[in-house]
Parts: sequence; structure tokens; C-alpha cells
Amino acid sequence: MNRVLNYVKSLFLLELLQGLWVTGKYFVKPKYTMQYPMEKIPKSNRFRGLHALRRYPNGEERCIACKLCEAVCPALAITIDAAPRASDGQRRTTRYEIDLFKCIFCGFCEESCPVDSIVETDIHEYHFEKRGENILTKDKLLALGDRYEAEIAAARAQDAAYR
Amino acid sequence: MDSLIALLNNFVAQWPTLSTFIGLILLPMLPLIISVAMYVWWERKVIGWMHVRMGPNQVGPLGLAQAFADVFKLLFKEITVPEKASTFLFYLAPLLALAPAMAAWAVVPIGDKLAWSNANAGLLYLLAMTSLGVYGIILAGWASNSKYAFLGAMRSAAQVVSYEIAMGMALVSVLILCGSLNLSDIVDAQAGSKGFLEWFWLPLLPMFVIYFISGVAETNRAPFDVAEGESEIVAGFHVEYSGSAFAIFFLAEYANMILVAFLASILFLGGWLSPVQGWGLGILSAPGWWWLFAKAFLMAFFFLWFRATFPRYRYDQIMRLGWKVFIPITIAWTFVAGCLAYFGGVTIGPGVTP
Repeated sequence: MNRVLNYVKSLFLLELLQGLWVTGKYFVKPKYTMQYPMEKIPKSNRFRGLHALRRYPNGEERCIACKLCEAVCPALAITIDAAPRASDGQRRTTRYEIDLFKCIFCGFCEESCPVDSIVETDIHEYHFEKRGENILTKDKLLALGDRYEAEIAAARAQDAAYR
Repeated sequence: MDSLIALLNNFVAQWPTLSTFIGLILLPMLPLIISVAMYVWWERKVIGWMHVRMGPNQVGPLGLAQAFADVFKLLFKEITVPEKASTFLFYLAPLLALAPAMAAWAVVPIGDKLAWSNANAGLLYLLAMTSLGVYGIILAGWASNSKYAFLGAMRSAAQVVSYEIAMGMALVSVLILCGSLNLSDIVDAQAGSKGFLEWFWLPLLPMFVIYFISGVAETNRAPFDVAEGESEIVAGFHVEYSGSAFAIFFLAEYANMILVAFLASILFLGGWLSPVQGWGLGILSAPGWWWLFAKAFLMAFFFLWFRATFPRYRYDQIMRLGWKVFIPITIAWTFVAGCLAYFGGVTIGPGVTP
């Protein structure tokens, strides 16, 4: 009996029609594709993207070369050299480099920083054109921090109560 | 030198007639090529929508220029010929695939007796032309000197030969009912007063389904695209082709698909007859080329729908379906069609004498 039923089923293409019905339904279903460069999904204020080094409002850089970020970095992407600053003898970094090819964007550096100096901004649309541009030097990081300070501060303020 | 000048003079003198001929050749070809381009765009759109994607939408409005962009990309690419390939056959194969796909359109009518050639044996000519297309595929596979291409060609040959029989039997049942091989007569035989119920799809429903499925197999389209078989044999018969030679294979395949869609609507869906013919609805009941094009569009849409829905058949299952299912059913239903014609079960439209 079952065999006869199967014969009838396959003869009348019942299962094929079922399949066509499924794709037919999806054919008219509204599409939820985001037209990426034109439309963008809102990002969380905790988004971990490109790094930046922040400054205090008076223009003094925050980083005190404690090397906690370097120590905590699981990918060994951060390299720091420290020395007394020539002008006033304060402990500062002479070199602060992040290799973006190594970085896994875990955010540990930002969490470990005692002075909120190294942060991860929500910038994720960047590219390199030459070998070596993947290394973010101290100058680049400070420039990023200067440029996006308003956004960085706003995102940190939003999240302050949960830290 | 003198003879050359004489030849040139002769050519210039004959130019008016020649240009008329060339114009008459281009007249059906250009719309066909443009509709192939649009069909490729429509395929990518439809499959995209069925996958809950958007499909091409960047080049031109709604992505309409995508197909043309692809064509020009292909035309500017180099045609590489593999070492040890049979060069002459390698170049001949795409032309052999394209020529029958184009030539078949000579007898396809878009209105009453409105075809390039209102041939009496139109159906026979069509059957011959659609079968010839496979020679291009076989030659392409053989001339490429590549294992994959050869496998694809062999698969395609066996498959097309098998489904040719079922397809031919389906056509036989149509011509048993209307008693003519002329495509205009076949459509006229489906005229009547009961609207779309007069068409041949109703008395020949299994044949209609089998004809269309065989048509899908004949054009090597999914789910019968083992000749291409991206996942096993890369691209099958055209794996070694690039640039415009590949584009010609592409053109031939899509022209064949459109042809099968048109034939299914002419043979089984009443061609240019209105689906509400004889119901007295004024312009809606009037026959016209727009009905034929609408029906062909619907059938062409089914090609894309199948491709978006069904996974590829296993090769032995294709053979089983062709030989052990379709051929017995078509033979049985040819007998049924004979009885219908003999005992007058089907009303044949006026203007046709079987």
C-alpha cells in the first residue's frame, strides 16, 4: 500500500510542487538585505573597532607607559618603549605601536588601562594600501584620539554606569 | 587585380539585395540577443528573490545593465585555446551550438502565419534543430582535450538523446490531435469558444508536463545540468572556453530556453489565442502576439523557478526518469491521444482540416 502511495506521489510530482511552493513563497517575501554603503545598521556604543590614544582636556596625553595593555594583550599586538620625557622627566612612552594584523579586537587593553588612555573606537571601515600601514604608531593613535574625542567620550559616558 | 576589382564591383552592385538579406537576418536576431540579456538579468533577480536576496541592483536602474556589463566583459577577454586541443573544432563548437538555436526561430510564429518561414513541416524542423544543438556541446567537450569537458559532453549526449525521444513523442501526440505539422495550424486547432479549456494542455496534460521537463533536460538546465555540473566537473563541456567563445555557449543555452518556452506555449497553451477566447470580452478575448509573449514569459519563469528550487539529479536517476518513466507514459498517452482524435473527444478549431 505504501509503495503504491509513493508511486502516486512521485507520478503527480507532489513533493516537487511542495518545493516549488516553498520557493514561491520566498519569491514574494520582503527582503531584509541592508544596502550596506548606503544603509547602515546602528552600532552598539560598546563596539570595538579601530584603536585610539586619548588626551586629557588640557592636551596632556593620558598614557603613563604602565604597560598593562602590553601585558594583557593576548595576541601580543602592542609594543611599548618607555623613557623619561625630555621636558619634565615624567614617565611617558617613546614608542606605542599596535599591529592591526595581530590584534583580535578583544578590548582587554581598554579594560586594563588605569587612565582610560587606550580605547577602541567604533570605526570599522578602514583599509591599508601599503605594507607597514597595518602598524598604528603613537602619532597615528594620538591623531585618531584627537579627531574622534567627542564620539569616544560620548560612548564612554553612555556606558559609564555599567563599568 | 582586374578580377579583384570586378569582384568588388560585383559586390557593390549586389549590395542593396545583400543588405536586405542581412537586415532580414538581423531583424529576429537582435531582439533575441537582447531578450537573452534581459532573461539573464531576470534569472539572477528571480533566483535572488527566491533566496531572499536582492539580486543585481548596482549597474544601471534595478541592475538592468548588469547583463550588458557581463557581455562586454566577456567580449574583451582573451580566448585561450588549450594545448593539444583540436583548434578548428574548438572554434567550430560554439558556432555549432549557436547556429541551430538561432535557426530554429525561423519557423516560430508570433501570429497567424506570421513567421519567417510558414513551413508545413515546421514541427519536424524544430525537432531537428533542437537536436542539432547537442553537436556543439559534444564537439566542445571533445575538442578541448580535457577530462572534465569530455565527461560533460558524454553526459550531455546521453541525456539529450534520451529525452529527445520523450519530447518527440509529446510532439507526436500534439500532431495526432491537430493533424498538421504547421505551427500556425497547431495554434489554430486550439481555437474555440471555451477559452483556455480548448487548448491542448487539457487533453494532453501529462504530455505537456513531460514536454516541458524534457525541454529543461534538453537545454541542460537545472535540475538536469549534469553536463555543467559545477560541483563535480567544474563547468563540464565549456570548462576550457573563455571570453566570447564562452559567451556564445551562454547565448545558445538561453536562446534555447526561450525557444522551449515559446514552443510550450504554442503547442500546448494556445499560442497567441486569448485564455478567454470566445467569452465575448472584447479586446481581452482577441488573439494577439501579447498573449504568446505572456505565456512564453510564464514558461520561461518556470525554468528559473526550477533552478532555484530543485537540487541536481543524480545521473542514473536522470536516465531512469527518461527511459523508464517518461517514454512509457508518452507512448501510453500517444495511444490516448489517438483515441481522442479518432472518437472525436477533442474539438479542433475552425480553419484546420485534420
